[in-house]
Amino acid sequence: MTNVSCSNVTKKYGRKEALREVDLTLPENGIAGIIGPNGSGKSTFLKLISGLIRPESGTVTINGTETGRKSGAEAAYLSEEDSLYDFMTVGKTIAFSSGVYPGFDRELAHTLVEEMKLDENDKVKHLSRGNKARLKLAVTMARKTPVLCLDEPLSGMDPLVREDILRLIVTHLDVEHQLCLITSHEVKELEPFLDHVLIIHDGRIVVDRNVEELKETERKSLIDLLREVTV
Amino acid sequence: MSIEFNDYQPIYQQLMDHISQRICRGDLAPGEKLPSVRVMAVEAGVNPNTVSRTYMELEREKIVESRRGQGTFVTEEKTVIEKLRKSQAAVQADRFKSSMEQLGIDKETAFQLLENTWDRNGGAS
Repeated sequence: MTNVSCSNVTKKYGRKEALREVDLTLPENGIAGIIGPNGSGKSTFLKLISGLIRPESGTVTINGTETGRKSGAEAAYLSEEDSLYDFMTVGKTIAFSSGVYPGFDRELAHTLVEEMKLDENDKVKHLSRGNKARLKLAVTMARKTPVLCLDEPLSGMDPLVREDILRLIVTHLDVEHQLCLITSHEVKELEPFLDHVLIIHDGRIVVDRNVEELKETERKSLIDLLREVTV
Repeated sequence: MSIEFNDYQPIYQQLMDHISQRICRGDLAPGEKLPSVRVMAVEAGVNPNTVSRTYMELEREKIVESRRGQGTFVTEEKTVIEKLRKSQAAVQADRFKSSMEQLGIDKETAFQLLENTWDRNGGAS
C-alpha cells in the first residue's frame, strides 16, 4: 500500500499559478481518473507526484518521503510527449529501459509488447502513432512502480488503440497494490475503469470521490458532474 | 465484448444484472465457473475492483459461491435461479408498464399489443 499526500501544494509557472493550495491524500490503490479542462493543472499534478517538478510551496510525499529526482522507484510517469528514441528498435528500447530503470521487469516488457503485437525488430521511427503509444505504455508498466502516472495515454488515439491501452492497464495493473493515475478527456470511455475520480479546475481540486459511491448517491455520470463543477 | 453502461446506476449493479441474465438464460450453467476477476474485467471493460465487488454481492445473494483457491461458481440451487429469473422478469415487466404509461396506453391495449407481438414473433407461450 502506498500513501501519496499533497499538503498545501502550490505550483507556479512564472507568475501563473498552475496548482493552488492542493491538500489531499490519494487512495492507496486502484485506478483514479484525473479530469478537467485543458490547462486546469492535470499534468502539473502528475509531474509533482512523480517528482519531475517541485512545488513553490507545500509538500508532496510518497510514503512520507518528499518526491523529487529519486522518486523513480516509487512513481513512473508516462509523458504525453515523445519519450522514446527514434533510432532504437522496440527490442532495444526494452533493453535500454531495463538499464535505466531500477526494478524494470524485462520479461514483462517483452510479454506486453508481444500482447500488443509489436515487432521487436521494428524501429521506433517507423512505428505508427498508436504503436508508439503502446510501446510507451509497455515500458512504463514494466517498471512496476507502486504509483503509475499516465498523462493522456488515450489522447489522439483511434478507438481500437484506446481499447487496447485500457485493456493492457486492466490486465496488468495490480489493482490491489498499485495506484494508477490517468488523466484524460475521454471521460465517458474511462469512467467504467475508475475506482476514484479527481476533478481539477483552475488549479484546484474540486472533486475527490469514489466513483461507485458517487453514482449510488447522485445517479449521474462523470460528464454531468464535470459540467456542473467547471462552469 | 464490453458492455454498454447507463449513467445513473453504479457499474457493479449493472454488471450484476448482466451476469444474472446470463445465468437465467443458461448461458452460464448451474455449477459453471465464472471467468476470473481479471478476465471478466477485460471482457466487460471495467475495473477489476468493480468485478470483485460484483462477485461479492452476487455471493451475498447466493447466486454464486466462491470456493477457496478455485474461483467463483454459479449456484447449483435451481430454486435460487428460478427466483432470480422471476425477479429479473418482474423488473422488465415494471419497465414495460411504465413505458406504456408514458405513451398513454391503457392496460387493455398494452396487453393486446403484447399478445400481437408474441404471436407475430413466436416464442414460448
